[in-house]
Amino acid sequence: MHDKVVRRRRAVLALLVALSLLLLTAYFGESSGGGLHAVQRGSLEALAPIQEGANKALKPARDLFGWFGDTLDAQDERDRLAGERDALRSEVAQLQVANRELEQLKGLQEMNTTGGLQQYDPVQSRVYQRSPSTWFQTVTINKGSSDGVAVDDPVVNGQGLIGKVKSVSDGNAVVMLLTDQDFGVSALAPKRGEPGSITPIAGSGSGELLFDLVDNAEEVQTGDLIVTAGTSSARLPSVYPRSILIGTVKRIEEGDGELDRRVHVAPAADLLHLDIVQVLTSPDANLRADATRAP
Amino acid sequence: MTITAQAVGRLALLGLLAAVLQLTAISQVSIFGVPADLSPLIVASVGFLTGSVPGAVFGFCFGLFADTALMQTLGVTSLVLTAIGYGAGRVRELRDPAHGLAPVAVGAAATAVAALGLTLLQFLLGLEAPLSLQVGRQILMTVVLNTLLALPVYALCRRVLLPFLPDDPRRRRRRAYTTGGLSPLSRA
Repeated sequence: MHDKVVRRRRAVLALLVALSLLLLTAYFGESSGGGLHAVQRGSLEALAPIQEGANKALKPARDLFGWFGDTLDAQDERDRLAGERDALRSEVAQLQVANRELEQLKGLQEMNTTGGLQQYDPVQSRVYQRSPSTWFQTVTINKGSSDGVAVDDPVVNGQGLIGKVKSVSDGNAVVMLLTDQDFGVSALAPKRGEPGSITPIAGSGSGELLFDLVDNAEEVQTGDLIVTAGTSSARLPSVYPRSILIGTVKRIEEGDGELDRRVHVAPAADLLHLDIVQVLTSPDANLRADATRAP
Repeated sequence: MTITAQAVGRLALLGLLAAVLQLTAISQVSIFGVPADLSPLIVASVGFLTGSVPGAVFGFCFGLFADTALMQTLGVTSLVLTAIGYGAGRVRELRDPAHGLAPVAVGAAATAVAALGLTLLQFLLGLEAPLSLQVGRQILMTVVLNTLLALPVYALCRRVLLPFLPDDPRRRRRRAYTTGGLSPLSRA
């Protein structure tokens, strides 16, 4: 009796295993259009409504489990994402700084090539300090006398004139900005050919400049560009080369007479956000070149 | 186990419901990063409760249904679950473990055998993906998860199949102790 039971058990096992292997071999060997595949597809079609119904019916339970799981995972994910966010913020900040510097460098490059500043031996430097005083509009740069920088050298960036070197040490220099109360430069409205000088509106805090001593002030219009006049007389040499953009005429205050007319100029350079500037260490290069060509 | 039409019907219903539940809900909920796999637990529980032959037949049918429903290679899951059902039944027949946690051990072993067996068969059938540590981790986590579920699944299967199971001497002893040897019905 026991042997019969054992034989029956083994026979059933052998039959099932053989059936499985037979199915496996036949299924594996036939093409996707074969009989077993067709039976499988038919069964799937028949089972699909049951599965769909069960799927809909069990969705709330699934969502509930999912909610528990999500809640458990949420804290870890929040911490991980907070870390990622901080890292990305830092990266974005670095990229923004790099982008701004790149734009400034691009402007300088354009000015050097198309504006002809290369002849003035520009020394590129970085602004690392700025005076907080309204009255003393200065910045400090990381290049000094050892790099060829000297007092009164003009300083520009990709947008236009920034100011001039006020004092210099071995590795650093203080630059007086256009808006400093002691600043002044001979200037020109090239469209009208009207000469004058640029001075800051002291203590105004607006960053505006004044274009005064203009012979024919009525000729100047809003929107006119103002550039450095350069040296027009050998007796009175200017420290600034010709035709460096200073700014644009922003508004004109009409007075009682022609002498009361005040021409306000907005600086071309953004003086509040300076990172990279150039010091023109040979500002009289064009004069020397002219003198060489003259004979 | 007494094989009757009603017992077969219950087993079929249990298998169908378990398979549908597995495919439509449990496979879509992941705990510890993996979904639970009720198939080896159900088959092992049925084998452990009913014996090797019914366990093997149930495993074969359950595997065939799963392969059909999932459009998998027919015979692969059947082969593995047949072995699990038969093995679980043989454990009961040979050892008859009395410990209450025996189904947990059987469930864990069944899950490990199922996971490793299916992986092995897939490679034998020509799966060309390289074996990574990720597969090992998945198998381990599934075994851990199924171990936690083994006892409730076993209890459910036992409840469904209880009328067809031979009277358990331990259960009879417990009843005698609590009722003074009489059935609660006869006392009433």
